Amino acid sequence: MFYRENGQFKSSYRADQQIFPILQDRVLMLALLVFAFAVVPLTAPEYWFRAILIPFLILSLAALGLNILVGYCGQISLGTGAFMAVGAYAAYNFHVRIDGMPLLLSLLLGGLCSTAVGVLFGIPSLRIKGLYLAVATLAAQFFVDWAFLRINWFTNNSSSGSVSVSSLSLFGLPIETAVQKYLLCLSLLVVFALMAKNLVRSSIGREWMAMRDMDVAAAVIGIRPVYAKLTAFAVSSFIVGVAGALWGFVHLGTWEPAAFNIDRSFQLLFMVIIGGLGSIMGSFFGAAFIVLLPILLNQLPGWFGITISTALASHLEFMIFGALIVFFLIVEPHGLARLWSTAKEKLRLWPFPH
Amino acid sequence: MGFFLETLFGGLMVGMLYSLIAIGFVLIYKASGVFNFAQGAMVLFAALAMARFAEWLPRWLGFESLVLANLLAFVAAMAVMIAVAWLIERLVLSKLVNQEGITLLMATLGIAYFLDGLGQTLFGNDIYKIDVGMPKEPMMVLESVFEGGLLLSREDLIAALVAAALVVVLALFFQKTSTGRALRAVADDHQAAQSIGIPLNRIWVIVWSVAGFAALVAGIIWGSKLGVQFSLSLVALKALPVVILGGLTSIPGAIIGGLLIGVGEKLSEIYLGPMLGGGIEIWFAYVLALVFLLVRPQGLFGEKIIDRV
Repeated sequence: MFYRENGQFKSSYRADQQIFPILQDRVLMLALLVFAFAVVPLTAPEYWFRAILIPFLILSLAALGLNILVGYCGQISLGTGAFMAVGAYAAYNFHVRIDGMPLLLSLLLGGLCSTAVGVLFGIPSLRIKGLYLAVATLAAQFFVDWAFLRINWFTNNSSSGSVSVSSLSLFGLPIETAVQKYLLCLSLLVVFALMAKNLVRSSIGREWMAMRDMDVAAAVIGIRPVYAKLTAFAVSSFIVGVAGALWGFVHLGTWEPAAFNIDRSFQLLFMVIIGGLGSIMGSFFGAAFIVLLPILLNQLPGWFGITISTALASHLEFMIFGALIVFFLIVEPHGLARLWSTAKEKLRLWPFPH
Repeated sequence: MGFFLETLFGGLMVGMLYSLIAIGFVLIYKASGVFNFAQGAMVLFAALAMARFAEWLPRWLGFESLVLANLLAFVAAMAVMIAVAWLIERLVLSKLVNQEGITLLMATLGIAYFLDGLGQTLFGNDIYKIDVGMPKEPMMVLESVFEGGLLLSREDLIAALVAAALVVVLALFFQKTSTGRALRAVADDHQAAQSIGIPLNRIWVIVWSVAGFAALVAGIIWGSKLGVQFSLSLVALKALPVVILGGLTSIPGAIIGGLLIGVGEKLSEIYLGPMLGGGIEIWFAYVLALVFLLVRPQGLFGEKIIDRV
């Protein structure tokens, strides 16, 4: 009754092509932004920022990047953790080795390094396809893990193998408290999400999707596979690299290569699949689901007053996590984003179903 | 020369062990088009079941013979694996028919998490031993040919023989029995197989059980070598390059791929490792597979991928 496009006439191409063509969507998005930027920082407790909100924001950003590669261009990658690591370590090196390097610049340069590595490991995708490619991208994962563990130059010859950054500041403002970190991540996420949304609506996004749906046919109608696939790898690994740099700088502070191991890659892939392949919105849903689930599972026994040993709890967590993933894939193979769009369709007709 | 050959043989035998796990991947991929990431979890699960049943059964039934305990434990663990296969087919695969490869891959990852958790909940999470009487001490061969001879690990040798025997058994099963023929038919074309009356669901249970059997054998051998513990499920990650190198659809490919990766890994660790700082085993296999794939995208023996518009 309230959510419908009746009476909203488009009188220009500009109005016709906007991201949210329905007024109600625009209002909702604006309200969401105001809520995220103004209400949350004032009200949420400290623990929420550290344990839920900041990881959620950064992992959404990474999932967004991965979704461009897997969901829009159809190239399955199991090496996302590696690209995050490249972003984090490159940003670290720029930050430490160059005096007075602005934080934002080192984050973006970290992203650029990750782009280079992403394109390098994306080259095999021109010949290798499907599951073969998925396994082949594991090469990136293991090679990068090894490189950051063994080559001391990357870690600035730190003796323990872990690196840390401190006293971050952005344009003269210190980034110390959880709220400031949250706002930094949120701003970057909003900018990147907007960019990604516009990219996938543009000609290059359509090239990616054509490549995903059938690469031979796409090549026949004049889409260059080399260009389309490598740009998808480049854009994806840039965003993933920035997310990795944020994960290291803002969320962890001190980290070692294990923070970006193969489990991280799987985790991100889960987010993309559960959230919905080929959907910007889906990346957020997926990230929220995967971040919240372990926390929820951890708290659950406490709410019912059951005490179980930590070992058993962690095994049960594994089991429930695995079972829920399978359950979600069975119930909605197209991800939470599909549920969202179904809900919107229903809402349009509500309360009169015809 | 002696040292080189020793490394070579060591590599070949490790390669056979990788092949053991790779066969599990190939079996399932061939029959159902599922890239089964849970194979590693299945190896761990089977090994845990075997180790714990061998410990529990003598106590429950009150006998002491080690051979009998191992035999019974093997049977019990196999029964557990068949139950797992049946449950996976019933609860997961039959509900995901006709989904894309990536969705199925993710589902098997979910299964992997579940099995990891379930195995350690049911059977405990310490390091367990499997003692099937494999000789531990190495042996010397060809002392007359080389100075100092070749030092070979008997355990590895037996493991390689077991792997070879398993391959022969599987090949006979696939080529000579009617079930095997049905499996191959399903692998070739699901719909055609179904239309001539092959029950797909039962075939999937069988194929997952056979993969469970391969996992059990691999679990016993790896378990008696390394001890049964969580890291066993990571061995599967080392078998992945073997699978894509040999080709996802070829059992001989899994063997040859395993041998190539095993040898490549050992030789690179010895001859390239010192230059690069060591520990290159883990990624070298993947890079080797990647280079091979650039030349042959479907792996050495995989079916050629033909794109039609």
